[in-house]
Amino acid sequence: MESLRSIQHRCQQLLPEMGRGWSSSSAAPLAKSISGNQDSPAHKFSGKRRTVIARYGPYKDEYCTITKGYQGNRIRTTKYTLISFIPMNLFEQFHRAANLYFLFLVLLNWVPVVEAFQKEITMIPLVVVLSVIAFKDAMEDYNRYCFDKMINNKVTKVYSGKQQRYVEQQWKDICVGDFVLLSCNEMIPADMVLLHSSNPDGVCRIETSNLDGETNLKQKQVVKGVAWQGFEVSPEAFQRRIECESPNNDLNCFRGFLEHPNRTRVGLHNENLLLRSCTIRNTDSVVGIVVYAGHETKAMKNNSGPRYKRSKLERRVNVDVLWSLAMLLFMCFSAAIGHGMWLSDLKNAPFLIPDGTSPSLAGFYLFWTMIIVLQVLIPISLYVSIEIVKLGQIYFIQNDVDFYDERSTLGMQCRALNITEDLGQIQYVFSDKTGTLTENKMVFRRCSIAGVEYPHEDNGEPDSGVSDCSSTHFSTSRREVHVILITNNQEEIWYCSHQEKDVIPDPQLLLKLNQLSSAEPLLQDGAGDEPQEIPYIVDFFLAMTLCNTVVVSLPGLSQYPMSEFPQMAMKPLENMKLLFQRLSATRSISSRSESKVAAYSPSNFTQKLFSRAKESVPLSDMSQVETEEAEGLQVTAPKPELSEKGAQALATPQAGPCRLDAESEALVYAAESPDEAALVHAARAYQCTLWARNSDQVLVELPGLGRLAVHLLHVLPFDSFRKRMSVVVRHPLTGQVVVYTKGADSVIMDLTAPLTEGSKAAAKLKYIKEQTQRHLDEYGREGLRTLCVATKVMEETEYSMWLKNHMYAETSIENQEEKLLESANKLETNLTLLGATGIVDRLQEDVPETIEALQGAGMHVWVLTGDKQETAVNIACSCRLLRSSDKLLTINCESKEACEALLLQLSRIVAEAKDNDVGGPSGHTLIIDGRSLELALQGNLEKAFLDLAQHCRAVICCRSTPLQKSQVVQLVRDRLGVMTLAIGDGANDVSMIQVADVGVGISGQEGMQAVMSSDFAISRFKHLHKLLLVHGHWCYTRLANMTLYFFYKNVAYVNLLFWYQFYCGFSGSTMTNYWVLIFFNLLFTSAPPLLYGILDRDVSADILQHLPVLYQAGQLSQAYLPSTFWYTMLDALYQSLICFFVPYFAYSGSDISVFSFGTPINTSALFIILLHQVIQSHTLTRMHGMVLVGSALFYFVFILIFSATCTTCNSPANPLAVDIRHMKDPLFYCVTALTTALALLPRVLCISIKNSIHPTDLVKAAQLDKLDPEKRQRGIQRWRSTLTHGKSLATVTVADGDPRED
Amino acid sequence: MASGYSAKEEDGHHSGAPGPAGSAAARSRKPDNTAFKQQRLPAWQPILTAGTVLPAFFIIGLLFIPIGIGLYVTSNNIRELQIDYTGTEPSSPCFECSQNYSWNMTRSCACSVPFSLDQPFESNVFMYYGLSNFYQNHRRYVKSRDDSQLNGNLKSLKDPSKECEPYRMNDGLPIAPCGAIANSLFNDTLELFYNEPNGTKTQIPLLKKGIAWWTDKHVKFRNPTGDNANLTAIFQGTTKPINWQKPVYELDTDAENNGFINEDLIVWMRTAALPTFRKLYRIIEKRGSASPTLPRGNYTLEIIYNYPVRSFEGRKRMILSTISWMGGKNPFLGIAYITVGSICFFLGVVLLIIHHKYGSRSNSADLPH
Repeated sequence: MESLRSIQHRCQQLLPEMGRGWSSSSAAPLAKSISGNQDSPAHKFSGKRRTVIARYGPYKDEYCTITKGYQGNRIRTTKYTLISFIPMNLFEQFHRAANLYFLFLVLLNWVPVVEAFQKEITMIPLVVVLSVIAFKDAMEDYNRYCFDKMINNKVTKVYSGKQQRYVEQQWKDICVGDFVLLSCNEMIPADMVLLHSSNPDGVCRIETSNLDGETNLKQKQVVKGVAWQGFEVSPEAFQRRIECESPNNDLNCFRGFLEHPNRTRVGLHNENLLLRSCTIRNTDSVVGIVVYAGHETKAMKNNSGPRYKRSKLERRVNVDVLWSLAMLLFMCFSAAIGHGMWLSDLKNAPFLIPDGTSPSLAGFYLFWTMIIVLQVLIPISLYVSIEIVKLGQIYFIQNDVDFYDERSTLGMQCRALNITEDLGQIQYVFSDKTGTLTENKMVFRRCSIAGVEYPHEDNGEPDSGVSDCSSTHFSTSRREVHVILITNNQEEIWYCSHQEKDVIPDPQLLLKLNQLSSAEPLLQDGAGDEPQEIPYIVDFFLAMTLCNTVVVSLPGLSQYPMSEFPQMAMKPLENMKLLFQRLSATRSISSRSESKVAAYSPSNFTQKLFSRAKESVPLSDMSQVETEEAEGLQVTAPKPELSEKGAQALATPQAGPCRLDAESEALVYAAESPDEAALVHAARAYQCTLWARNSDQVLVELPGLGRLAVHLLHVLPFDSFRKRMSVVVRHPLTGQVVVYTKGADSVIMDLTAPLTEGSKAAAKLKYIKEQTQRHLDEYGREGLRTLCVATKVMEETEYSMWLKNHMYAETSIENQEEKLLESANKLETNLTLLGATGIVDRLQEDVPETIEALQGAGMHVWVLTGDKQETAVNIACSCRLLRSSDKLLTINCESKEACEALLLQLSRIVAEAKDNDVGGPSGHTLIIDGRSLELALQGNLEKAFLDLAQHCRAVICCRSTPLQKSQVVQLVRDRLGVMTLAIGDGANDVSMIQVADVGVGISGQEGMQAVMSSDFAISRFKHLHKLLLVHGHWCYTRLANMTLYFFYKNVAYVNLLFWYQFYCGFSGSTMTNYWVLIFFNLLFTSAPPLLYGILDRDVSADILQHLPVLYQAGQLSQAYLPSTFWYTMLDALYQSLICFFVPYFAYSGSDISVFSFGTPINTSALFIILLHQVIQSHTLTRMHGMVLVGSALFYFVFILIFSATCTTCNSPANPLAVDIRHMKDPLFYCVTALTTALALLPRVLCISIKNSIHPTDLVKAAQLDKLDPEKRQRGIQRWRSTLTHGKSLATVTVADGDPRED
Repeated sequence: MASGYSAKEEDGHHSGAPGPAGSAAARSRKPDNTAFKQQRLPAWQPILTAGTVLPAFFIIGLLFIPIGIGLYVTSNNIRELQIDYTGTEPSSPCFECSQNYSWNMTRSCACSVPFSLDQPFESNVFMYYGLSNFYQNHRRYVKSRDDSQLNGNLKSLKDPSKECEPYRMNDGLPIAPCGAIANSLFNDTLELFYNEPNGTKTQIPLLKKGIAWWTDKHVKFRNPTGDNANLTAIFQGTTKPINWQKPVYELDTDAENNGFINEDLIVWMRTAALPTFRKLYRIIEKRGSASPTLPRGNYTLEIIYNYPVRSFEGRKRMILSTISWMGGKNPFLGIAYITVGSICFFLGVVLLIIHHKYGSRSNSADLPH
C-alpha cells in the first residue's frame, strides 16, 4: 500500500524541481527544451528517442508529424517477394564462392575461343545446384509468408477514433499511439506501455515463454500515476506524452518517462512494458498504449537468424578444396604448355584448323578450356551434398528414441544444422553443475537458525515422490507452448514440484515455532535463551516467505484475492508484538532503530493495525496518501465488495484447518528459480504460508497468527553480480522498515554488521555467525546448496533517504544499472545474520556413468559452477569426476603473485607425478575458485593456468560467474586449439554455450535461455553419452568418409580426361559424350555417397556406448587427416591411370572412334567408383543395394537410350549406336572387368592386410559386433578391463598375441 | 506456432531445415521405434581382412588366368600384315610421290609396294589403312562438321553449321560436306594384286560396301531428298571441300555408295580416338571353302598416292587382318589378364600366410578363449 507511487507524488509535490532531476543529468537539456517549448514536436530527438502520444488523443494534428517515421505493426519476415525472389535469391546464392566458380565456368564457356562444351551443357550443374537451393529457400520463405499472414491477420481490440470505442482490428493495422485492449490469455500485438489493468492493484501478469521460454509469470505494473479506476478509459483525453528509447533489442531494459500535462514526469521501466508476443495471464483485461510496433518491437528486434557455425571438418574440407584447386590449376597449366609445344611442332597438318593464333596464344586459350573440361575436380556438389547429409544426420539424431524423455515428453532438438560432426571430435567438456549434473529439483534439506542446526533428518530422501510427478502439472511441456497460444489453452505450466513440496518439518523447530501461538508464557518467562531465539525464527521464516519473487496462484482463480484480509487472533499477535519490541533492541545493535521503535507506542500501533485504509490511492488524493504514509503500517479489513470466493474463505477463518490445508495445498507457486520455490514450500511446511503477492503487499500466514498482509516496500531482485536479493517490508509485527536479504553465503557473511566487542548481544551475534559458518561448511561438504538469510531494521529517515536515492536511480535513463547497483549496495549493509539453509539437489540419473564414459573417451571434463567449493567438490565426488585416488590441487589465492607462485608449484607437482608415472589410474584434479580464476585469467597467468589445467584429469571451477565461465571456455578453445563443448541449463550458462564450439542446452528447470542459445538441446545430462559417443562418432565418421569419397571420386574421374590430353595434343578434347560427362557426377554417382553419409555405421551403437575409447578416433580426426586425404588422392591417381590405360592399350592401334573409346572407360570408372564405395562402406543395407544397383542401371539405361535415339542431336559426339555396339562386344566386357578388378586391387589388399596385421580399435570393435551377444559382452568386458589396467591397447593386443599359450 | 516472431521460433526450425526438424506437433511425439529411424536396419557389414578377401583373390586368379589364355590364343590366331608405304626413306618405292605431293596437285602419283605372305589368310580379310600421328581427336577438329547436313537436311546443306568454319563456305558457296574432317578425307587408292607363280598379276576383288556401320549408312548419313534422285542436281549450289579433287556426288559411280552415303566418307567421318589409328578400307571375302582368302605367295600393293602426311610427320600403312570375336590382333589383353590373374593368385597365397599368422589373433584379440 505504501507504494512507490505515493512517495513519488509526495516528492513531486514537495520538491517540484526534483521531478525533472529524476531523469539523469545528461537528459537535462532534453527536459529543458521540452519545457521551454511545450508545443514543439519532439521528433527532433527521434534519433535517439521516440515520443509517443495517443493517436486519437488531444494532439491529433501533432500525431502525424511525430509518428511519421515509426513503423506500423505489419511484419514481413520473408526475405523475398514474388517478384524479387529470382533476382534476390540468385544474388544471395552467388555470394557463395562455389556458385561463383560455377558461374565463372558458364561464362567462360561463352567465350568462343575457349569453349569446351555446348553452352547449355555447362549450365546444367549450376542450374541444378541453384534450383535445389532456390527451392529450399522458396519453401522456407513461403512458410514464413504464411506465418506472417497469420500473425498480421490476428485480431485484437483497438480503440477507434471514429466509433469512439474499442473495435476489433487486425494486428497489421495497429499503429504507435493506438490504445489496445487485451483480455486474459490474449497475445500482445505490439510493445505497449501498460496503462490500465483490471486487477485492482494495477498489476498484470504476462507469460514470456514465446520470448525467452520461461514459463513463470512475470508481473507488470501500470504506470504510476495513470491509474484509471473505471474500465472506461478515454484515449481521447489522454494528454500524456511518452518519451522512451529508440527501438532496441534489449528485452530486459526499457527506459523512458511519461509526462503528464502538468509536466510532471513518471519514470517508465521494464515492468511497465508489455512485450509483443507475450501472453496476458491471470488478468481480466488490460489497456496499453503502443510504443513500438511491428519490426521495432523488442521481440522482433531479437529475431536473429539461425546460428551458423563452421565445423572443424568443414574447415579441413575447405583446405582440401584449395588443394584441389591447386591440382586443377597445375593440370590446366601443364596442358596449356603441352598444347603450345605440340602446336609449335606442327605446320599445316590437315587436322589443324587454321586460324592464325600463335602456339602460345593457343596454349593460353587452352588453359581456360581445360578449366572448363576439368571443372569437376572442384567438388562443388560436395557442399550441397554435405548440407543434405547433415539434414539426414539430424533427422536420425532427432528421431533417436533414446533421447526421448518420458517425463518432459521432450526429445532431442538440433538447433544448429551444420555442426553435427563436431559432436564426434569433442576434447573438452565444460559442464554446469546445477540442473545439468543435478536434477535442479531443490529440496529443502537442512537449516540453521541463530546458530542452532535443525537437521530435518526425515527429509530430502531420494525418490520420495519423484515418481508421481503428476501429469497434470507436467503435461504441457514447453514444446507445446505454441499450441497453447493458438488455442488459448488455459493450462498452467509450472514446475513439477512434488518433491519440493514434500518437506517434513523438523520436530524441534516445529515445536519452537508453535510456541508463537502461545507466546504468552514466553513473554512471562522473561529473557531466557530460548525466547530470544523466537524472533530469529520468525524473521527467518518471514524472510523465507517474503524474500522471493514467487508468484502465487490458485487453480481456477487468477490469484488469491488480495483484498481479503483475515481476522487475526488478537492475543497472540499482541503478545508477539510485545515480544518483538522487547527483543529487537538486543538484535539491532548496529542499527539505530531503537529510538524509532520507541516512537511507535504499542497502543498506537495496535490501533493502526486494524485501521481501515483504502486499497488503492486515487491520484488526486494526495493528502490522504501522505497521512497514511506517515502512519506507516496499515492493515486493511475486508472490503465489502469482496469476491464470492474470498467471502467464502473468510466465513470460517481459523475454524477449519483441514479446509485451509487443502486450500493451501492447492496453491501453486511459480518461482524464477527452484531454490526459491523450495524455500517457500519449506516455509509452508511450517505453516508459514505465502498466500498471495502483488506489487504492494504479500499475504502470509504465520502459525498461530493467521494471515497477515505485509507491505512490500521494495524488491531488489536477484542478480548474478550481487548474488543476493532483498526485500524491504514493513514488519507485520513491529511495523518497522525491515530489509530481508538472502543470498550466497560468502556475500552475506561479508555484509553482516561489524561486531562491537564486549556486549553480551555482540557475543551472541558472534556466536551465531561462527556457528552458522560451521554449519555452512558442513552443508557444503554434504553437497547442499547453501543460502544465508539476513535482516536489517531501518530507521524511517534512513529509509526515506535511501528511497529518494533509489527513485532517482530508477528514473534515470543513462547508467541506470550502475546506479541501481549502487543503491542496492547501500541498502544491503550492516545486516544481521539470521541463519542459513541447505538445499539438496540430487544428481540426475546416470550422471556418474556418463562422466566416466566421457572421461574414458579421452575428454577433459570441467565443471564450472557458481556453487561454493565444498558443494562443488562433493558433487564432483558423487558423480565420479573425482575419485578417491585423485590428488586434489586447490587454488584459493588472494593476490596475483600468490596465484602465480601457486600455479608454478602445482605445475611442478603435476610434472613430477607425470615423470614418475607408473600408469596408475590416479590423476590430478584442479579446484579453483572464482577469485583465483579471475586472477588466473589475467594475461600472463593464462599460460601457466592452462599448462596446469590440461594435465589435470578434471578441473572444477567454483564460485564462477557466467562471464568467467565463458572466459574459461574461450581460453581453452583458443589457446589449446581444441574442440570444446559446453553444456548447461540456465541463463548463466548462455555465454559459455555460445562461446564453445558445440553448445548443448538442457531443457530443464530454469527456463529455456540455455536451450535457445544452444546448438543441441537435450533433456537429461545422460543423453550426452549417446549424443557424443554414438551420434557424434557416427556423424563425424560418416561425413569425413563421405567427403573423402567425394574428393576421390572427382579426382579419379577427372584424371581420366587429363590422361586423354596426352593423346589428343592437349587440345582439351574429351573421349566422353558431354552429357554423360556432366551427368556422371550429377546423377550417376551422386546418390550413393549421400546414402553412405547418412546411413553408414562403422560400429554399432551398443559397442560405441560400452567402449568410450572408440571415441578417440574422432577426437584425433583419424578418419580425415591430411595424410588420409593424400593417400586417397594417390589411390585416385592410380585408379584413374588403370582406368584409362587398360582400355588404351586394349584399343590402341584399332579403329575405335573417339566416343566409342570413352564408353569402356566410363563404364569401368562407374564400376570402380561404386565398388570403391562398397569397400569403404561399413554397412550395406537393402537401401544401399538398391541405390548402388539403381545408379549403375540408370547409367546403362541412359547411355543405351541415348545411343539408340540420338542421331544428330548431340553433335559432335554422335552417340548413335556407339554404346549399343559396345554392349554386344565381348571385348568391352573383358576390358571393363580387368580395369575394375585391377583398379580396386591395391585398396582391397592394403585395407585387408592392415586390418589383419594392425587393426585399429574401430575395426576390432566392428569385429566384436559380428559376434553373438554373449560373446560380445565378454569381449567388451575384457577390453574394458585391459583399459582400466592402464595399458594402452596396442600393448594389450601384442601381449595377447598367443592367448592359448598362456 | 503462433509465436513465430520470437527469437526462439525463428532460430529453431523455420529458417533451418524444413524437413527433419518437422513441425512442433510432430516433435512433441515420441519418435517411432522403427529399425530405420533407430538405425538398426539389418545390414551386411563387410570387414576386409586377409581372411575375408582371400577367397576373392583366388577366385579372380582362377577366373582371369583362363580368360587371359583364351584371349592370348585368340589374338595369336589372328593373321595380320602391316605395310608402311609412307615413303619417307629414299629406298621406299613411294619416296618420289611422298616428296612431291601437295593437296592441290592435279596429276596423281602412283607407286607399288611388293610384299609376300608366309602364311595364308584363311577367313575373310579386312583391309585397313592406318595413319600415325594424325590427331583426328583434336578438339576443334572433332567439332568441325555438320551432322545435320550429312543427315540430308537441305537447309544445312545450303547453310552449314558455324562449327565448320573455316571450311564452311568457299567462293560464296556452301561446302558440302563442310568442316575440317571432311576436308581432310583420306584419298589414297589402294589396290591389291596377287602375283601368281607364273608371273601374272591378278587383282584381288575388294568389297567397298559394308565397311561402315549399318546405322551410320542408313540412319545417320543420308543424301538430301531421297537417295535415288539425281545427286548432281541436289548438290547444285554447293561446292566441294577445298582439298577434294572431285565433288561429293562423284565419289563413286554406284548410287548406293555416292554422296554423303559413300562408305569411305562415313568411315572417315567417324573420328578416331587415338593419333595412331586404322580405318577399314575394303573387305576381301572368302570365296568358297576350299582355298584360303589370301594364299601364300607374293603380292603387290598398288597405291595412288594422294594423301600428304609429311607436314605432321605422319605415317601411312596398309593393314591386312583377319578378325576374331575380340576384333583385331592385340596381345595386350591376354597378357594383362594372365598377369593380373597370377598376381591375384600370388597375393591370395600371401594373404593366406598373413591370415594364418595374424588372422587367428585378430579374431581372438578381444575375445575370450
